[in-house]
Amino acid sequence: MADLEQAAAESWEHEEKEMRHFLRFTRAQRLLHATLFTTFLGLAATGLPMRFSESVWARALASGVGGFGAILAFHKLCAVVLTLAFLIHVRDIFTRAFIHREKGIFWGANSMVANWKDVKDLFGHFRWFLGLGPRPQFDRYSYWEKFDYWAVFWGMVVIGFSGYAMWFAPFFAHFLPGWALNAVLVIHSEEGLLAILFIFSIHFVNTHLRPDSFPMDLVIFTGIESEEEFKNRRPKEYQRLMAEGKLEARLAEAPGIWQLNFSRVVGFTAVAIGLLLLVLTLSAYF
Amino acid sequence: MTGGCLLDRSTPAANPAKEHRHDAAKWIGACMKTASSIKLALGALLAVAAPSLALAQTDCLACHGDMTLQDASGHSVGVEAHTFAASLHGSLQCTACHTTIKEYPHPDKVTPVECQNCHADQASGLADSVHAKASEHPCISCHGNAHAIFPKDDPRSAVYPLNIPRTCGSCHSDAALAKKYGLANVYSFYMDSIHGFALSREGLLVAANCQSCHGSHHILRHTNPLSSTYKANIPKTCGSCHAGIAAGYAFGVHGKAVASGNLKAPVCTDCHTAHAILQPTEAAFRMQSTPICGSCHQDKLSTYRDTFHSQLGGLGGYVQTARCWDCHGAHGILPASDPRSPVNQANLVKTCGRCHPGANLSFVQYQPHANARDRKLNPALYFVRLFMNLLLIGTLTFFVIHTILWLIRSRYNQIKTRSAEGGKNG
Repeated sequence: MADLEQAAAESWEHEEKEMRHFLRFTRAQRLLHATLFTTFLGLAATGLPMRFSESVWARALASGVGGFGAILAFHKLCAVVLTLAFLIHVRDIFTRAFIHREKGIFWGANSMVANWKDVKDLFGHFRWFLGLGPRPQFDRYSYWEKFDYWAVFWGMVVIGFSGYAMWFAPFFAHFLPGWALNAVLVIHSEEGLLAILFIFSIHFVNTHLRPDSFPMDLVIFTGIESEEEFKNRRPKEYQRLMAEGKLEARLAEAPGIWQLNFSRVVGFTAVAIGLLLLVLTLSAYF
Repeated sequence: MTGGCLLDRSTPAANPAKEHRHDAAKWIGACMKTASSIKLALGALLAVAAPSLALAQTDCLACHGDMTLQDASGHSVGVEAHTFAASLHGSLQCTACHTTIKEYPHPDKVTPVECQNCHADQASGLADSVHAKASEHPCISCHGNAHAIFPKDDPRSAVYPLNIPRTCGSCHSDAALAKKYGLANVYSFYMDSIHGFALSREGLLVAANCQSCHGSHHILRHTNPLSSTYKANIPKTCGSCHAGIAAGYAFGVHGKAVASGNLKAPVCTDCHTAHAILQPTEAAFRMQSTPICGSCHQDKLSTYRDTFHSQLGGLGGYVQTARCWDCHGAHGILPASDPRSPVNQANLVKTCGRCHPGANLSFVQYQPHANARDRKLNPALYFVRLFMNLLLIGTLTFFVIHTILWLIRSRYNQIKTRSAEGGKNG
């Protein structure tokens, strides 16, 4: 028994050593994602009870944390933190693009801006789904990842603006017509609902729960993926870096076992909370 | 109060609660009635005085002073001499009430005491009332031990204001009795109400007790138009203490509707309930009140439900959010077209500003009852909602299809690859 275990451990170590690892996300990017998903979970957990305040679970949750006052205070706290993270991100983009004159921010393979290849990839992906063509060769960011990014970006602006308009309604009333004060609640709650439904179903499945990544893609937590994953998921980027001779520059240490376990705990907790909130949301409709 | 005799002698001075419950004319009427009753009682006293000379209290108490004395059927016939002497009837001879006893020894069986010989007004009131058919002796059911009856401003009296709920509750908190007569089990509701608290915790004599609303002897069913608890009479009944509120109510749309005979309009008890009345600023009342207004104003409730006011308020713990009466007023509710209404266009800045400091003319264009489903009434809101819904449904539909196809294809590929690898991990 002991021999077998030792042998298994050795072979695992051997494989790990053999396999090269590459950096996908920088520490700043991972921190941004961590801030985004923790505040988003907080906003969803406190926003849903307000949206469905007539339901039993909303009232139970509200009374559990000290009523509506506590819920709203927490909602606002998460909102402020997320707003700051968003503003820091926007400032970062602007500094890189306009102060440091970094190339490829608004266009090119490393940019989040959609291009013609994304359109072709979308149709190509559908053809592959139906068995009508080969799997598209994705570059650094695939079209659905770009969609996720811009959905959040748009959501931040729309939900953020409508939220602050409600928070500081008498102030916003100086610029907005009266009916807009009615509209901001509709906008805030519908867009929030869209974000919640999208993240807790589509994003979870696309990124973590589909067979290729099941049960969880840890790269957003560790920042590092194996060469095999890199090659399979984004062959275009891999080949491009290889051709440009920049592949070695992206080499990284394999994530430590504590790092993987920590990522798993955080990731599964977030997914579990998200799925619970998804079930509660759907229970309000069905 | 139906002008009792000795019992009511000192009432107006000793019980200030009663004072403002009566206008001057009524009060004078009551005094005259009281005076006539005293005369009547004195008459009865004189009438029985002559034969009673033969049989003094001390003669009766020679036997009945023994508290262990029982009649043939085992009922105690002992009389606590000291208590009786101190009681309201202590100066009367025994035969004043036990009129059939003329001499000693008296027959084993004696006829029950007829209180109405002196208390005719109360007896006639009782005869029409819900308690007319009480099988027990109707007087002592409430007034307690016949030989220990005290004025109702005496704390020893069973009908002392602070003792009344317990006295009435001795029957009206009995679940079996409540079921038998189809009564609401109201005692616990009352005791937990603001009136019950004031009475039981603070010992507040002016707090409404059972008889403040229902009367004492002439208690009628609330379905009887003569009853003080008949719907149309409720504003007057509650107004006998809450005069200011009643005046405001009479001024508002609900009061006017009820006064004109429209009994669909709410009276005090429709919003505040009859027995479980809460302090209106209390969280529990603020939580329960909106659906009460909404039970008639259903369209307004449903549009209110769509707003942030309701979404906030529904969760509890944060009850400051606007409920119906925070904007519309509670008692003297007026239509928005009335310049005196707090929801009149001219008053909105002030009304909204009570919760929203800095509210301006643009801010108050907010519609607290906007209907995003009504294209004609709120076109801008209607199209905003339509756009948001289409965005939501469109995005989700596209990605649900995308994801499902992807899942199927990935799983298919996975199985194919594994079987190609000879079933490894398969």
